[in-house]
Amino acid sequence: MKQSNIGKFGIFGGRYVPETLIPALDDLDYNYQKLKKNKQFQKELANLLKNYAGRPTPLYFAKNLTNFIKGPKVFLKREDLLHSGAHKINNTIGQGLLAYKMGKKRIIAETGAGQHGVATAMASAIFGLKTEIYMGAKDVERQQSNVFRMKLLNAKVHPVTSGSMTLKDSVNEALRDWITNVKTTHYLIGTVMGPHPFPMMVRDFQSVIGREIKSQVVHETGSLPDSVIACVGGGSNAIGTFFSFLNDDKVDLYGIEAGGKGMISGHHAATLTKGKIGILHGMKSYFLQDKDGQIKEAHSISAGLDYPGVGPEHAYLKDIKRVNYSVVTDEEAMKAFLLLSKLEGIIPALESSHALAYLIKNAKMFSRNSTIVVTISGRGDKDLQIIREHIEEKEKEKEK
Amino acid sequence: MKKKKKKKKNDEIEMNENRNKVNVLFDSLSQKGKKALICYVVGGYPDQETSKEIIKTLINSGADIIEIGIPFSDPMADGPTIQQASLKALEKGITPLKCFNIVKDLKKQFKDTPFLFMTYSNIVFSNNLRNFLIAAKKNRIDGFIIPDLNVEDSKEYLELARTLGLATIFLSAPNTTKKRLSEIASASTGFVYMVSVFGITGSRQNFEKYTFDAVQKTKEIINRYKIPLAVGFGISNPTDGKNILKAGADGIIVGSSVMKLIMDNENDKDKMLLELGNFIKELKAICK
Repeated sequence: MKQSNIGKFGIFGGRYVPETLIPALDDLDYNYQKLKKNKQFQKELANLLKNYAGRPTPLYFAKNLTNFIKGPKVFLKREDLLHSGAHKINNTIGQGLLAYKMGKKRIIAETGAGQHGVATAMASAIFGLKTEIYMGAKDVERQQSNVFRMKLLNAKVHPVTSGSMTLKDSVNEALRDWITNVKTTHYLIGTVMGPHPFPMMVRDFQSVIGREIKSQVVHETGSLPDSVIACVGGGSNAIGTFFSFLNDDKVDLYGIEAGGKGMISGHHAATLTKGKIGILHGMKSYFLQDKDGQIKEAHSISAGLDYPGVGPEHAYLKDIKRVNYSVVTDEEAMKAFLLLSKLEGIIPALESSHALAYLIKNAKMFSRNSTIVVTISGRGDKDLQIIREHIEEKEKEKEK
Repeated sequence: MKKKKKKKKNDEIEMNENRNKVNVLFDSLSQKGKKALICYVVGGYPDQETSKEIIKTLINSGADIIEIGIPFSDPMADGPTIQQASLKALEKGITPLKCFNIVKDLKKQFKDTPFLFMTYSNIVFSNNLRNFLIAAKKNRIDGFIIPDLNVEDSKEYLELARTLGLATIFLSAPNTTKKRLSEIASASTGFVYMVSVFGITGSRQNFEKYTFDAVQKTKEIINRYKIPLAVGFGISNPTDGKNILKAGADGIIVGSSVMKLIMDNENDKDKMLLELGNFIKELKAICK
């Protein structure tokens, strides 16, 4: 029996899917490897990233935040300025172009808050592909404006009513669709999860973030940053941010997970911190699960981090201790959200606010003359309703 | 590659001393010129006691092999019927351990009937693979079907299962290449499980030609490995079953249609068991 190391990150990764999908994964892997080296493909991709998505994104020196924390120099990588308002589009344009070149006619995708669904619908529109998005019925209810955006972009949204009716169930439903329609359809996975080649391929498409940071920060300061911080849900903006720095041992990397209502409460999405090794959605990685191996629901105020698993490369980077993974609660993320809005006039996504909160909370840990980059993976417009409700709740509590 | 083949032969010699019940069954059926009827139920649905009564009825009506699904929170290869049943069984507190106990009890009465577990990788791998397989063996489970496990990710599982004499049944699909079919056949013991369609579990209107072509192709290839072929997913009536067997399968697997009968008659157990018995008898009649 052959033991394949393809698509493995240490013991993590693999292709834990029904056999029906294996030919499709082989085909995708083959075509991706081929097109990756194709100059024409790279040229088209670079053109779309520049002229459609708006790359490169700025690296902004946050002077007011730097003064506020009385600590290191803070730079923000502005993925929030991309078309669609988040880093997701780096991946959807890449995979969309790939699917188009492979002659696929139909795209399916899962989405939690709707950010990946919107970015997928945009990419599909460019390439004229039919798009269907699976979204948990609970998320459809909570994120109506994104559901409407997807409809405007000509995508069909399927509310998922199975299981817990959230992101993990929409992944299940998308996989079931793919098993059924594998010949015509490409499953455009939104993060560095799933069976090989997805974790590697999505990482490659997102690694443009870290490549830009590297050259921008060297240009600005003359040297590499001392620390880089990004939030981790499935982990695509974090891997995209970290990948170029993995071999730079002097650069400390921090991945921040959603601590929800706190570790003791059990209501969190701290997969790497509190999860156990398991197998789900095609990959071996860390998952939130009970003692029998039933997957638990994750909780986070930010829908983009609300997933009970994490990409296999993060699991590996945790085990080899290359990246420090930590947790920030809903409350701490909320404070960071408000602070950045006031200090810098930037409204960050609640996801990215987790990375910021870690820095604010631990500012003393970093030396004053060091340089830190925080990836702002998306903008916070989608979170305004949640923030407003939270503030109103706080005010009510005060009145009491 | 040559070296590995030799190793497999040695394993077979060891296995022969205590042959897996699945092999014994297929051998005896083939001597009689008969085909196997394999029935799937969700373990612990609607509750543990009824689950046992259901399985008794299936065996007494002609089921040759019983597949018990250990419910998993995220059953990605299953359609709505089995999803719903799994979720309900979980809500009522079913666990892998309780599924072990179901088999242990039933084996007292049906010692020669092979019992297989069908469940997802996480249930088998997430605690301690070795302990899980040993516990299964102790509770007289005869083998495993894991729909989200494929041959290249299963080295450790195969080694442990071989040592314990548990059957390792891998799945193939209509689009599986000939090369992979060979790999699947050589990793499988008991039988190879061909998924009949592009899709998830659940009954269908009619099979298309590609299904029968795939049965024929698969049988041709796996025959070289002297391992039987059973076909499942979507077989819901005797006519479907008959056509699949005619195309070359050694057995048929019914799951969702069995579960649907159970779920439709949940409030009337007598009627449920009667209808199940009749359905299985009809299917058994074509397994020749």
